[in-house]
Amino acid sequence: MSEQQVAVSPNSNNGQRWMQGLSHRLAAGGLFLVLLVLTVIAALISDAFLNPFNLVNVLRQIALYGIVSMGLTFVILTAGIDLSVGSIVAVVAVLTAMLLNMGLAVPLVLLVALACGAALGLVNGIGITLIKIPPFIMTLGTMVMLRGLALTISDGRPIDVASTVGNYAWIGRGSALGLPIAVWIFAGVAVIGFVVLSFTRFGRNVYAVGSNPEAAHLSGINVRRVLLGVYTISGLLAALTSVIFVSRLSVGEPTAGTGLELEAIAISVIGGTSLFGGQGGIVGTAIGAAILAVLANIMNLVGISPFTQQIVKGAIIIVAVSSEVLRRRR
Amino acid sequence: MDATNKSAVPALRMTNISKRFPGVIALDDVSLELAEGEVLALVGENGAGKSTLMKILSGAYRADSGRLELFGKPVPFTSPLLMMRMGVAIIYQELLLAKDLSVAENIFLGRLPKNRWGLTDWQRINADAASLIERLGFDLDPRAKVSSLSVAQRQVVEIAKALSQNARILVLDEPSAVLGDAELAKLFEIIGRLSAEGVGFIYISHRLEEVFTISERTLVMRDGKVVGTAPTASLTRNDLVRMMVGRELSDIYPTRNPKTGPLVLEIEGLHNEALSDISVKVHSGEIVGICGMAGAGRSELLRAICGADPSTAARASINGANALFPSPGKSLAGGVGLLPEDRRKQGLFVSQDVAFNVSIANLGSIVRNGLLSRGAERKVVTDFVSRLRIKTPGISEKAANLSGGNQQKCVLAKLLNAECSLLLVDEPTRGVDIGAKREIYQVLADLADKEGIGIVMVSSELPEIIGMCDRVYVLRGGRQTGEFTRSDLTEENIMHAATA
Repeated sequence: MSEQQVAVSPNSNNGQRWMQGLSHRLAAGGLFLVLLVLTVIAALISDAFLNPFNLVNVLRQIALYGIVSMGLTFVILTAGIDLSVGSIVAVVAVLTAMLLNMGLAVPLVLLVALACGAALGLVNGIGITLIKIPPFIMTLGTMVMLRGLALTISDGRPIDVASTVGNYAWIGRGSALGLPIAVWIFAGVAVIGFVVLSFTRFGRNVYAVGSNPEAAHLSGINVRRVLLGVYTISGLLAALTSVIFVSRLSVGEPTAGTGLELEAIAISVIGGTSLFGGQGGIVGTAIGAAILAVLANIMNLVGISPFTQQIVKGAIIIVAVSSEVLRRRR
Repeated sequence: MDATNKSAVPALRMTNISKRFPGVIALDDVSLELAEGEVLALVGENGAGKSTLMKILSGAYRADSGRLELFGKPVPFTSPLLMMRMGVAIIYQELLLAKDLSVAENIFLGRLPKNRWGLTDWQRINADAASLIERLGFDLDPRAKVSSLSVAQRQVVEIAKALSQNARILVLDEPSAVLGDAELAKLFEIIGRLSAEGVGFIYISHRLEEVFTISERTLVMRDGKVVGTAPTASLTRNDLVRMMVGRELSDIYPTRNPKTGPLVLEIEGLHNEALSDISVKVHSGEIVGICGMAGAGRSELLRAICGADPSTAARASINGANALFPSPGKSLAGGVGLLPEDRRKQGLFVSQDVAFNVSIANLGSIVRNGLLSRGAERKVVTDFVSRLRIKTPGISEKAANLSGGNQQKCVLAKLLNAECSLLLVDEPTRGVDIGAKREIYQVLADLADKEGIGIVMVSSELPEIIGMCDRVYVLRGGRQTGEFTRSDLTEENIMHAATA
């Protein structure tokens, strides 16, 4: 008996490795399981959930929040934070509506809008890398400033996009192959984000900077450039979200995106991205966005008041983070 | 063991302790006894089970089976707080002090006495702290901030803190890894003083010299078992090494076969904040040692060469480049890599896997069709794992799960993968057990002798410098105070230049 055990021991080592790999996959798989369970519960609770119209709505929700969250995932992977995304959405929304009303060609407006978001993200990055302001403070500052800027240039009023403006509504309202364009954009961002993080040098460097900035520096990584990159990406994706907002609602609101930064951080964290940096990724974030969207949808369908919904959402964030902290402690 | 052992009840008795982790038997029927006032050295290679055993003693882990008795009383349940109250204190290598608080505050942290107004009684705290420190034979201002203290002084604070909690058993986990020789002597003085007062010590160390200096009895562990225990005076260095590694190590330093080639590094008149007027030459295939006391500028010299710290030089020629490197990135691109002093903080990405750690400094080499190729990465990394004999279950194992020596090999592999032809290695064997040390020496010697790589090695262990180096520079206070070739490399020569 004991001899047999000895003979088996190399195999049991293999088995252990296999178990480790499994538990690794379970971390992502567990998240997917949560989503699955939620979906089943939703379908059981409310007949309306599986209605195609409702499902498309959920997808649209996933797309809008998901896109910003992917930008934040890049930032959080470097152990940073970006609180300014909601305000970037507002500035870009107001700007987009104004430019459209000025009669600029739609592609040009889109380009300017995205460039503006990227530039604002870059400003965050510059403050954080060159002046070495902690990311929380820098982006808190720009969050307040940019909200003010959006309110100032719009005079505090929503800017309606004139009905004479050319064909731009397809971005937010159009659909292809039965799914909203916004969902396709989200899918595109997710695929690109995944490839960048997993299969490019920049992506690896993001993880390196987040795991150990000093070792990254000594390994020849240009830490500043990586940080500038992630904040630029975050700004760019906030602008992309903003364009979809404006297109969908035909209005550029200076209050657009209020609280979006918190939602996006929550999604990233629920998706398993560590606030300490270096752990997590795009797939988790996509699932995180879906979990929050399905949850919100269930609560809407059941008729839970928006006030109560906030309580639930907050609790979920705490649960998600504490499970991460507990995982780390082990 | 011995029936004639101290008649009194031992301070600590751990009997038949076993502890399993999934797939590993960390401790297998381990017993340990410590008499009052005894200094017991606990030695063994990394992974031998020393820290697991101490974690059980501290209450951080619970044993699967076995008994624990303190001062004759069985302790059925343990928790860190309980063990601390019962007089067990563990002082870890990485000191756990609040840097921005004062010495006295740290000593009484969480137990700050209050005066009759309900306010913190600073007078009493400072007075009590001062008397504790005095008891240890030191002179420290209790009001000084911990951040202003040297590592040795911080250790004194830790010990004072333990004493203030009436510790009767003190475990010192590799205290010397961060101490210079003079500081170590002071620590030994404290140990002597307290053991005379009846405080028992368990002293964990990799450095056998210390074991012989300080301990009365030695307990050797290997692979989760006790190999043996004996009065230290009855053991020889060879006995200990054989017990630890399970084989004879006549000489842990490899036979060098230096074939030095052309100059790969020549710097004259190097200056920066920590260094003045340093001149260094390194040939290919040569191992050049940098010696000096802590703070002499050894690490700073390596950092200056690889562009990590801004510096100026009258003349510099490094691997064909005719100027100092402006950044570590440029240095790596120029074939000069730094293996930093603090592996976990500066060298390794502990939360990432082995493959990530090895490939990160030269991702360009695994790009196929514009994207990183996992296949190419696996090939490169697997090659390094076998070439440097990195012991890991696989290349996707987290670096944090590797032993210190294998972590160090990962950092080395990272530099070699970046095609470095000049390596700057800073304390390459710090915190690494003897078996792994020997392997690292062999790897470094092979790199120099077989591949013609130039190596600059900083070390505070003189035997290591003498055993490995072809030539040595000695620094003192940021200046160069000596240069010795292999023929006149002796501890006296080096120490004389380092301290005179």
